[in-house]
Amino acid sequence: MSDNVNRRDAMGMALGACAAVGGVYSLVGMKKAWDPLPSVKAAGSTVVETSNLEENVIITEKWRGKPVFILRKTAEMVAKSSSNDKARDVIIDGKAHLVCVGLCTHLGCIPAYRKDKKDFLCACHGAEYDASAINTKAPAPLPMLIPPFKIDGTKLILGEAGPEYEKMKAAGVLGSTPLDPKA
Amino acid sequence: MAHFDENAKPFSEQWLDDRIGIRTLTRVLSTEYWIPKNINFLWAMGMLLAITFGMLLISGIFLLMYYKPDTALAFDSVNYTIMQEVGFGWLFRHIHGVAASVVFLLIYIHMFTGIYYGSYKKGREMIWISGMLLFVTFSAEAFSGYMLPWGQMSYWAGMVITNLFSMGSLELNGVVEWIRGDYVPGDAFLSRFFMLHVLLMPLIIIAIIVVHFGTLRIPHVNNQEGEEIDFDIEAEKYLSGDTKNAKIIRFQWDFLAKDFMVLGFFLILFFYLVFYHYDFAMDPVNFDPADGLKTPPHIYPEWYFLWSYEILRPFSKDIGLIAFAFAQVIFVLLPFLDRSPNTIPAHKRGLFFVWFWALLIDMIILSVMGKVPPEGSFNTIGLYSALTFIGLWVILPIITKMEKKK
Amino acid sequence: MMRELKILAVVVFFTLVIYWGVEPYAHSQMHAHVESGNFEYKDLPEVAKGDVAKGKELVMSNCTACHSIDAENMPAPMDALTSSASYGVNPPDLSNMGAILDAKYLAAFIADPAKAAKVSHKFTDGKSHPMPSYNWMPKEDIESIVSYLQSIAPKEITPKEAFTTACGRCHAARYDGKVLGKKWTQIGDKPKFKYEKDSLAYDIKVIEYQDNLKKYMGKLPPDLSIIIRARGHHFLETFIENPQSQLHGTAMPAVGLSEEGFEKVMQHLENIGDPSKPTRDSLGVWFLLYTVIFAILAYLWKQSVWRKLH
Repeated sequence: MSDNVNRRDAMGMALGACAAVGGVYSLVGMKKAWDPLPSVKAAGSTVVETSNLEENVIITEKWRGKPVFILRKTAEMVAKSSSNDKARDVIIDGKAHLVCVGLCTHLGCIPAYRKDKKDFLCACHGAEYDASAINTKAPAPLPMLIPPFKIDGTKLILGEAGPEYEKMKAAGVLGSTPLDPKA
Repeated sequence: MAHFDENAKPFSEQWLDDRIGIRTLTRVLSTEYWIPKNINFLWAMGMLLAITFGMLLISGIFLLMYYKPDTALAFDSVNYTIMQEVGFGWLFRHIHGVAASVVFLLIYIHMFTGIYYGSYKKGREMIWISGMLLFVTFSAEAFSGYMLPWGQMSYWAGMVITNLFSMGSLELNGVVEWIRGDYVPGDAFLSRFFMLHVLLMPLIIIAIIVVHFGTLRIPHVNNQEGEEIDFDIEAEKYLSGDTKNAKIIRFQWDFLAKDFMVLGFFLILFFYLVFYHYDFAMDPVNFDPADGLKTPPHIYPEWYFLWSYEILRPFSKDIGLIAFAFAQVIFVLLPFLDRSPNTIPAHKRGLFFVWFWALLIDMIILSVMGKVPPEGSFNTIGLYSALTFIGLWVILPIITKMEKKK
Repeated sequence: MMRELKILAVVVFFTLVIYWGVEPYAHSQMHAHVESGNFEYKDLPEVAKGDVAKGKELVMSNCTACHSIDAENMPAPMDALTSSASYGVNPPDLSNMGAILDAKYLAAFIADPAKAAKVSHKFTDGKSHPMPSYNWMPKEDIESIVSYLQSIAPKEITPKEAFTTACGRCHAARYDGKVLGKKWTQIGDKPKFKYEKDSLAYDIKVIEYQDNLKKYMGKLPPDLSIIIRARGHHFLETFIENPQSQLHGTAMPAVGLSEEGFEKVMQHLENIGDPSKPTRDSLGVWFLLYTVIFAILAYLWKQSVWRKLH
């Protein structure tokens, strides 16, 4: 009699385990349904023509749905740059530019560029960044992120990683780790 | 204030019993919910329906994440985004489409099981009525769902079925336009049927399912001989250990064990259809985008509506509508049209046995005639089958009144 | 147990009856069965090998006034949109014809385009096919043209190339390239544009082409993105080989695909219309294996539970 009970319990547990395995695989399938779609991931690249950029005038391009700031620096701005600032400069056609994702690294608002002060102020919680988008005032925890980019003559291609981008990545200045704006 | 055991640990059985009566609930709804032992696999259809409905809900949730209820976007949101881009989107769509068709096979088997064994009689009338209400609400759910891919069949089925509401010679075109929210099935039509399919009908269905279970509890599940069982005596036998001679079994786990076995075999068939044989559920005509200026050469509803559609067809517009309305309502009246006092299986009820098979075969013939083009001999067969259907229900009270009490 | 099997047999029987009546039987009453010709073109005369050099000469002097030949760097005399205004449809590039079209068909088409394409019924009341007939040419010359076209054709052709060559000048396919934000139109793959103005300008060109095509064909040929599921393999095979066999009176020409050409086109239609099919076929095996195991375990559990109940 108790043998039967044990067998019954064992078979029940075996079925339960089988059902659980099916349940786990179903959950995996359901998780995949939430993944970003291939057409979203194949975002491709945005090409920006930089030959007509004015100095100290910020322009905003769209890449992967996000704003990307492009700012051509004046000679004065370059002279005042720290070495971290210079490491983040994107040199196109011999001129220095800031190229970064225009989202505050605190909670994602778009910081405003102040032409006279040559810095960024985020209206949401008061964060500030210098002209190379390195954070100078809390609550910004990190510099604004430099997106993958490639330089082709005067064309800037956002979304593809060129050799200059790889160098910045190796030097750790993209913005994924903190940087000292004065260093 | 109810009595609470001070020493009970939080969320232990005693603690829960003090607060929500979990021990009583468990006894009443599972371990001492007594089910007759004398049943066959047809008694598992309820469980299969619950599981299939569950699959429709879950697959529906994932389709709902990507479907766009807009006539310009709907078709491609289903046939491109979901079928080609979403991870396993094609699988969720195939499951949803096949389950929507298979659920009606299960409903018809479940319904005819009830008719055969007299599970609508004496004490079980409300189970039958709530069940027929589920048939109607599932039909509305299926119809509204079929609109959503906005293919040719979606559009023209929408056009034809909403035209029914002009009520023939009454020519209530204003009513038809009100239902559509437009002169023809368009954007307003699509989004309101989306609302019905995704929110309102599922809520109503779930509520009626609860009622269906509720009306079953006291009369108890029927058995193959229609035998009246004294559940108290049999429960005593079972609980004292004489499970072999007791005429009843526990819902949990005795009845459920058999349910899961039938479910296992059912799932083999179900997933075979989902992966390899699904055209019956996802008609190719609906893979043409909706075109209001071109009717497909052959329009037909899904198979489970065909018998009903065919009853409409052979008659003139007004008579057809009356016959159609009759067909929808008449099943609900079964407990009251059957004048015999016997709750026994059909093979013990003489003429009723003949009536049962005549009804089943007639509805199958009506279904096939509803699908084939309305020409020549098909029209004749369809007409006589429709008349037979009406005739069968007319003679039901007569032949059951004649039945001797057994 | 026996009774349960009898009941099961009855349920299965009636289910199969209704399935048969509502599916195979009803569909056989709705559509007559059309036999496939397997792309043998039995009704067309045989074609012998010709002189490739002579063929090239003939093509250059007779065909390049309307047709481009990318393989020889011969450009089209007009762009697609302007061609469609003159001819109704853009004359195809000839580079791939030898790879996907049947040789007998090619010869017959050059001799009498409307007849070979089975669209003579369209050109009545003084209307004529935009491509003139070359039945005044000696048979050997036509055979040389065919041999030349076969010589410049690539040995391997992709499914997409077969599709765009055989179908793409009349049929759009919006799902083709959609993942990259592009699509196939009658005038080519629509590229991704940065500025909306450029995108709209391209769309206008496509619409104008489609208007010309609609005037020429009577109605706009349908988008083929999901035709593989809307019509199925057998219908498409018989329809493409001879459109008149399935849609009598249609304006769609018999395209003259060889068997290999047809297989390539079908592969492309599967790729754009039902790309999950290979996964579906293989994953299905695993699902069924799982359900069989589940059913066996459920059966064993039921047996052990019911041992004390019987």
